[in-house]
Amino acid sequence: MTRSHLVRWLAAASIIAAGVPAAVRAQDTTFRGIFLGGNYDPLRDKVGIVVLPVAGAFGDSIRTIIQRDFDFSDRFAVIPVDSADPSALRAQGAASGVNYPLFTRLAAKAVVQITPVGNGLHVALHDVARAQVVNVGDFALPAAGLSRDWRMAVHRTSDEIERWVTGQRGIAATRIAYMRGQSIRIIDSDGAEEVTVPTEENGGSPAWNSAGTMLVYTTYGVSSSNVGSHVVLIDLSTGRSRTLVPPGRNTLYLTPIFSPDGNSVVYSREGENGSDLFAVGVGAGDAPRQLTAGRGTVNTNPTMSPDGRRVAFVSGRLGRPELYIMDADGTNLNVLTDYDFSEKNYRSDPDWSPDGRLVAYQERINDRFQIRTIPVRGGTPKQLTSDGENEQPSWAPDARHLVLTSTRSGARQLWVLDTESSRFRQLTKSAGSRLSSWSPRLAQP
Amino acid sequence: MTRTRRIAGLTTAVLSVVAANACHKTPPQQPAPVQAASPPGPNADSIRRAQDEAARRAAEDAARRRAADSAAAAARAAAAAGSVRATLSAAVHFDYDQSELRADDRALLDAKVPILQANASVKIRVAGHTDERGSDEYNLALGQRRAATVKRYLVDHGIADARIETISYGEERPVAQGSDETAYAQNRRAEFEITAGAQTLRAP
Repeated sequence: MTRSHLVRWLAAASIIAAGVPAAVRAQDTTFRGIFLGGNYDPLRDKVGIVVLPVAGAFGDSIRTIIQRDFDFSDRFAVIPVDSADPSALRAQGAASGVNYPLFTRLAAKAVVQITPVGNGLHVALHDVARAQVVNVGDFALPAAGLSRDWRMAVHRTSDEIERWVTGQRGIAATRIAYMRGQSIRIIDSDGAEEVTVPTEENGGSPAWNSAGTMLVYTTYGVSSSNVGSHVVLIDLSTGRSRTLVPPGRNTLYLTPIFSPDGNSVVYSREGENGSDLFAVGVGAGDAPRQLTAGRGTVNTNPTMSPDGRRVAFVSGRLGRPELYIMDADGTNLNVLTDYDFSEKNYRSDPDWSPDGRLVAYQERINDRFQIRTIPVRGGTPKQLTSDGENEQPSWAPDARHLVLTSTRSGARQLWVLDTESSRFRQLTKSAGSRLSSWSPRLAQP
Repeated sequence: MTRTRRIAGLTTAVLSVVAANACHKTPPQQPAPVQAASPPGPNADSIRRAQDEAARRAAEDAARRRAADSAAAAARAAAAAGSVRATLSAAVHFDYDQSELRADDRALLDAKVPILQANASVKIRVAGHTDERGSDEYNLALGQRRAATVKRYLVDHGIADARIETISYGEERPVAQGSDETAYAQNRRAEFEITAGAQTLRAP
């Protein structure tokens, strides 16, 4: 950079700085994101938001959960305000109401005012610039405060407020199913409320249905009572499991997924005559349809486009595991990731984004797996990770966040990655977590 | 106990043994009687006891010899069976990300075929394993492919399909720890577990 350029840069920086409200500038003297092109500016593209203190039982918990949801959405910059003197937050001379000039100085665009009502919450969204309420809504909460359902209802409130502000519903009211040790667990999107799913012995590779009411999983190997691998559906509201594909002799079932309409399951069957993808209806008595002709090599890890018309999967048919794409009936097969013979790449674990545009997958780079995305309609893959080993990506319903398995902190843990800002947050706190699947948005049960 | 006392004690014991032997060598005082089951006289009981003791020792020795003979025979049989078992259980190994058999491993499988043919009651389970690299789920599939390849080879060489089970453990059960090619090469394998007929295993 030449000297004159630098001067122009500094001038630009000071103009931008002048535009930043005093309160923000005081705690942020480095003008993040201005000098280093690669830096992410935490306030850019983010809406400054204030959640006013919430009165009543569990008020502090409600405010904490919603602020954290906004933070984890990566679409808001949550501006902390001191709740020690609530009167300062009110407009001058008004019993209720909001001190808009104060929030303007704090760079807040939106203020969320939550009031406990009979069986839930009344929420008012203030537009600071227009100095008025722009949205109101009432949200029912289960009676059992701080319970798992109650927390999910608070998350739903966060997601609706996010829709009011950004036009897109949030992803706080979601859960992530995954494996730890030899069991399947489910954890809330904010890392709370980990529960163990009552699966059959050796249950693994869980995947959600599009309603978020069921999981499909397989059992690995042979159980202690000598029952072989099979595909199982579990209804999460009742905890009841049902065998969808029964055990076959010397057969291993892997990587089942629901079709987007929930009417069928696509899975991999490792038998004596090959490893292939099959599809079967979830109703009773449907005969599985074979989708691939693997001829002795592995075909596994199916993922479907959101319209249910295409399947991406892994195959070793050209030597190394590579991603392929085909129609849902097994026709029109193509390589998705360019096969480079000299690079000897290893690509696997694809997951199709809910907006249909991208497939996330893992690729071995310098002897470690890293997460990449590739546009389905052609284009250059983008590498999203480089720290530690990163595997098994699964998209959030917003098609922006991924949950993945990473060794960046040492042991294998689940982490959430915001693919736009590259921000990581650790989801699980128990080592050995893996094979995660992000749920759709969970409706009121 | 001090050293001198111990020596004194040993000396006393030796002397009493010598004295006992001397007594036995002393011929009986009576005129030669008709040998009866219970010879009369003051030494009759001790003579009978000595005869009983000798018989008992002889029987013990014979039993010991028999036991030693049968133990040796058992050891020979076990060694033979052990070698058969070792041959039958020897793992085969695979190249990275491959489920095809290597030439040297075909020889290992060829050695198992006559054993399986000579032991019709033997059943085996072939377990496929992978190294730690690679995707968790792809490795489970790869392990299953390795086990299936081994099974197909044995079946093609005349072993009944029903006698061979296959299973995959993927990368879950390494035999060698470590993250280097030495460990990886040992872990990319198919293992053989004898699930029936292991007790009566004999050489072909």
